[in-house]
Amino acid sequence: MAGRLEPPQGAESAPFWEATRGGTLLIQWCSACNRGIFYPRSFCPHCLAMDGVLEWRTASGRATVYAASVEHKPAAGGSTFSDGQPYVVALVDLEEGVRMMTNVVGCTPEDVHPGQAVTVTWEPLSDGRQLPLFTPS
Amino acid sequence: MSRSDRTLRGAAAVVGVADDASPTGELDRTGRALEVAMVLAALDDAGLTLDDVDGVCHAESSMALAEYLGVHPRYTDSTMTGGSSYQVHLEHAAAAIAAGLCQVVVSVYASTPRSDRTHKRKRERRYPPGPNPLAEWEWPFGLRTPMGPYALAAARHMHEFGTTSAQLAQIAVSTREWAALNPRARHQAPLSVDEVLASPLQVSPLHLLDCCLVTDGAGAFVMTSAERARSLRRPPVYVLGAATCHDHMIISQMPDLTTTPGAVSGANAFGMAGIAPSEVDVLMGYDSFTITALLHLEDLGFCAKGEGGPFAEDGKLGPGGALPMNTNGGGLSFTHPGMYGMFLITEAVRQLRGECGARQVPDAQVAVAHGSGMVLSCMSTAVLGTEAVL
Repeated sequence: MAGRLEPPQGAESAPFWEATRGGTLLIQWCSACNRGIFYPRSFCPHCLAMDGVLEWRTASGRATVYAASVEHKPAAGGSTFSDGQPYVVALVDLEEGVRMMTNVVGCTPEDVHPGQAVTVTWEPLSDGRQLPLFTPS
Repeated sequence: MSRSDRTLRGAAAVVGVADDASPTGELDRTGRALEVAMVLAALDDAGLTLDDVDGVCHAESSMALAEYLGVHPRYTDSTMTGGSSYQVHLEHAAAAIAAGLCQVVVSVYASTPRSDRTHKRKRERRYPPGPNPLAEWEWPFGLRTPMGPYALAAARHMHEFGTTSAQLAQIAVSTREWAALNPRARHQAPLSVDEVLASPLQVSPLHLLDCCLVTDGAGAFVMTSAERARSLRRPPVYVLGAATCHDHMIISQMPDLTTTPGAVSGANAFGMAGIAPSEVDVLMGYDSFTITALLHLEDLGFCAKGEGGPFAEDGKLGPGGALPMNTNGGGLSFTHPGMYGMFLITEAVRQLRGECGARQVPDAQVAVAHGSGMVLSCMSTAVLGTEAVL
């Protein structure tokens, strides 16, 4: 969709973004300490393990809203993807224990609140990758 | 922290300050010319000259500044932590002076975003080199900076602790009461909680009047050893404690949106100083937004976690209140050129020297200048005091 700043893709995050083409939400995982890592890194920031322990796991796509705000002045922020309408910027906690920023869509913005259950949904980017958004479960 | 950990206590002092801001929000000078004016004014305030300077701090390039000034420093600091850069400069300079690396350090800041806009001057927006997690993991979702991250923190604080928009608004109101006593403040007219709540929502739950200004502004400070400070022009303002902590760069990596790394920097700075929050006469706490100041109140220990809203609600932060906060009118009503931390230091120093006229806090002996950089990312706390509390 036009009007978004499309994400650059680093070497460490390439598997994440490539998987979005098929609508799969991958989370980097440390097999040494059995914890999720976000954003993707070249080592595990929890246990400092580096070689041979970093994997990718398919996330369930289920998450809980940690914090949500409504952008009331999209134009002032340079965003045009919402056609000038207020939109939700939220931090959500995935079931796998990692937190990410997203938009919560498909509902009245003011209704989005901490503790709310949400599920991943995808918005196509111009190069075939997709952006993970969330919608109320 | 034991007394033996008070490694910097009283070793160095701020001996000269200067700053500039205008009710119009604009200044005539810009760029290096404005910086030089501040450096020279702060040195003059101290009774020193450029020849005395052997340490230079600048949040972009201390090398470029020193070259322009024509000084050859043996101590250099280009630390850039956003708005808290100047607290970090102060902390580092105190350590460098205590260790004998240098004798006279100057830090300077100038930014003129408002007149740049008026005169259509180009402003470079610079981002750190290397991978940019902000561009990859936050910008695609239309995060508006700087208010977006703070709105998320405010929303979470409201959810966890029941903090209200009216309580946040009271911080803007108390701060405006101070600004009314500062003839250089951008906004001096009285403000009510209702007016804050009626101002347009920017990023919920933050209204326009929960947000800092965009103005021109500049400032500088000069530091030297406690020993040399006593022979200079002004009463020394001693660094009693100084500490820094950062725990993220982008907001989605902040471990807990309701607790800033100020909980660490504050405890360490107070510990080094041997001072309790209850002994603070003036709190200069970076108010980029009302929620920013509220979080400082909690994380620095002026009230318990979650109680910042009720704490601020009775107006105790304003003139005549129990905890004078942001006595210059703050980033909310005095000036905010982008990295406002410099003004926390210049005001704290003037309060401790008793030079603040109508807004002078009676018998101010201890002041805290608590800087907040980036998006609640880097907190740096300076506990400052007069000779009487040394």
